[in-house]
Amino acid sequence: MGIPLSYSFRNLWTRRLTTVLTALGMALVVFVFSAMLMLAEGLRKTLVETGSSDNVVIIRKSSATEVQSGVDRYQASIVETQPEIAIGQDGMPLLAKEMVVIISLSRRDNGGEGYITTRGIGKSSIHLRPQVRLVEGRLPNPGSHEILVGKSVAERFKGAGLGETLRFGMREWKVVGIFDAGNTGFKSEIWGDADQLMQTFRRIVYSSILFKLRDPSRFEEVKRRIESDPRLTLEAKRENQYYAEQSKMMVTFLRILGTSLTIIFSLGAIIGAMITMYAAVSTRTAEIGTMRALGFKRLSILTAFLFEALLLGLIGGCMGLFFASFLRFLTVSTMNFQTFSELVFDFILTFDIAWKALSFSLIMGFVGGVLPAVRAARMNIIESLRST
Amino acid sequence: MFILKILVRNAFRHKLRTFLTILGITVAILAFGLLRTFINAWYGGVEASSASRLITRNSLSLIFFLPLSYKDKIRQVDGVKTVSWGNWFGGIYVDEKHFFANFAVDAKSYLDLYPEYILTPEEETAFLRDRKGFVAGRKLAKRFGWKIGDTVTLRGTIYPGNWDFVLRGIYRGRDESIDETQFFFHWDYLNESLKKTTPSRADQVGWYMVGVSHPDLTPEVSLAIDRLFKNSIAETLTETEKAFQLSFIAMSEAILIAIELVSFVVIIIIIAVVANTMSMTYRERIGEYAIFKTLGYRGWRIAGMILGESMVITGIGSFWGILLTFPVARYAGKILSNYFPVFKVPAEAIYMEIVASFIVGILAAIVPTWRAIRIRIADGLRRID
Repeated sequence: MGIPLSYSFRNLWTRRLTTVLTALGMALVVFVFSAMLMLAEGLRKTLVETGSSDNVVIIRKSSATEVQSGVDRYQASIVETQPEIAIGQDGMPLLAKEMVVIISLSRRDNGGEGYITTRGIGKSSIHLRPQVRLVEGRLPNPGSHEILVGKSVAERFKGAGLGETLRFGMREWKVVGIFDAGNTGFKSEIWGDADQLMQTFRRIVYSSILFKLRDPSRFEEVKRRIESDPRLTLEAKRENQYYAEQSKMMVTFLRILGTSLTIIFSLGAIIGAMITMYAAVSTRTAEIGTMRALGFKRLSILTAFLFEALLLGLIGGCMGLFFASFLRFLTVSTMNFQTFSELVFDFILTFDIAWKALSFSLIMGFVGGVLPAVRAARMNIIESLRST
Repeated sequence: MFILKILVRNAFRHKLRTFLTILGITVAILAFGLLRTFINAWYGGVEASSASRLITRNSLSLIFFLPLSYKDKIRQVDGVKTVSWGNWFGGIYVDEKHFFANFAVDAKSYLDLYPEYILTPEEETAFLRDRKGFVAGRKLAKRFGWKIGDTVTLRGTIYPGNWDFVLRGIYRGRDESIDETQFFFHWDYLNESLKKTTPSRADQVGWYMVGVSHPDLTPEVSLAIDRLFKNSIAETLTETEKAFQLSFIAMSEAILIAIELVSFVVIIIIIAVVANTMSMTYRERIGEYAIFKTLGYRGWRIAGMILGESMVITGIGSFWGILLTFPVARYAGKILSNYFPVFKVPAEAIYMEIVASFIVGILAAIVPTWRAIRIRIADGLRRID
């Protein structure tokens, strides 16, 4: 068994140009394949980490997003008295009445427009989102025209850096702090005092209410009570669920795009592998005959050529994965048409993706190599020895 | 003619390999063309926009409204011919999966301003007379099987409640680039209902559509409109319809750039595949090339043979790829019609496919050609593969 295998291995080395070209084709397919998976993973991670399953978001019935929703003060005060709400260190309920709008800012790089979620926050808003962390400056004073800006907004939009001012709603807003929020969607938001922002945008209702559950398992109970209360026209969702629903369209879109691209591209690469392997078989007819004459079984020949094809696939897979790993340094920002606002996420490489990409490359090598290998194994000894 | 015959004969000496290569090229060129069509579909709205229409919206962002009273002030600006207005309704038909654009417009002025939506005079009168009436695009009506007189209920997301509409007209687009999947109804229906339920939200307009008497006037008119409302609670941003559409596309440009890059990756993949085929061909024929050289053929003749063969193979593959682009794009357009109302193969996609196939043919032949030119006769004759 050793000889056919090393024979295959050395053949790849001898025909370097062909090997490199075939592997390059596969590498590019694996690159696209893993890039799509990394993008989807980045998006998924952003969504999962944005919400916590202990938190509950209250929005108006049948409004899909916070921006569309409206919760008036009377309704908000009823929600505030639900017994399931956790109590913070200061003895006050961990609940925030927030107002969410979208404003347009111009980008630093090309002056283009970006729609940024602007959130009027309450006292507990920051405690309710442990992922949010102040990295520079300080928190805004309540009741002032001071704002806190997410890291990716501060970097990318004019007037949003620390110490700069943004002008909207006939007022100047001073940026006093920058916050980081890990992989969550909050890092592309602007936060300010809810009452000040509501006044500025002439809003008389809140957009949503967020609170933490005293006991996460009591979600169904509070949901039922809120949704069946005749005074309320609200619905309750777990926070992570809420964010997952918001980018359903985006996730589906990326998945369809990724799958169809990968299928089409892998066709090309499989054909490339097939060409290479058929050529490998036909130029080595005499050698195959010799090996058979020496007593190697058909099965050994089949294995040798399949091994060669798999090795080719593996080389391509490693190359593709190597290049794809550099994508981790990229950040994607795009419009989420469901929420009508910017969504920023990274490419994320996980062990699972690496494993999938490599097995995908092996599958391509196998599919490309199986027919040629069968042909090699079925060769007649006499005839193949006769050919030169 | 003789040369071509040799090239084709040579190309098909290895039938299986050539067939596989051609198949690969066909798939790649087809994929390339589809990706270009896909990119073009994003710009669908831009192509259909008119040069003499302006969009005025709240400068904060599209989710903020403008007062209805602005309509008279805008009308007074020099150069303004028609003013219409609309609100995004965001209603859901049955469930979220059945998404389509639906909005409330001031019917009479809207139809005047958008002559590309063609209704028969009877349909137009019927629509204008019925406040609960709506008009749907041909493709939209077909998708749900709506007929004139049908009642359609939308569940409001921005404006709560169930809203009933009666189909009074089905519009056709003036040409293929017009979106035929829209749903619009009377702004008055929305506004009068709001006056009853939530008076604080009534008399609010999402955006104004302004028809300008001459396309050259658009820069001055848009500045004049924005100047009117400077330093008010609702400042405006006025831009041409085209700029408005482009600003949306720019927001999702990351995805577009990615697709663009991927469309070039597929070309690189196929270059690798064809280059591989050509280098194998070259390796098998080293002996022949050496004989040619012995007979006195110059290097460039042999180079021409290799290049020509590469072009023949790519040419055949590309031909099929381009030919298949049309039916496949039509099929893809049917599947994607919810996302992209206009999905057709643009002329530049075909040009790019042709250019790409030339590039593939030439680049794939470079290494073998270069080697064939440099080969020494003795080496070529000695080598056995």
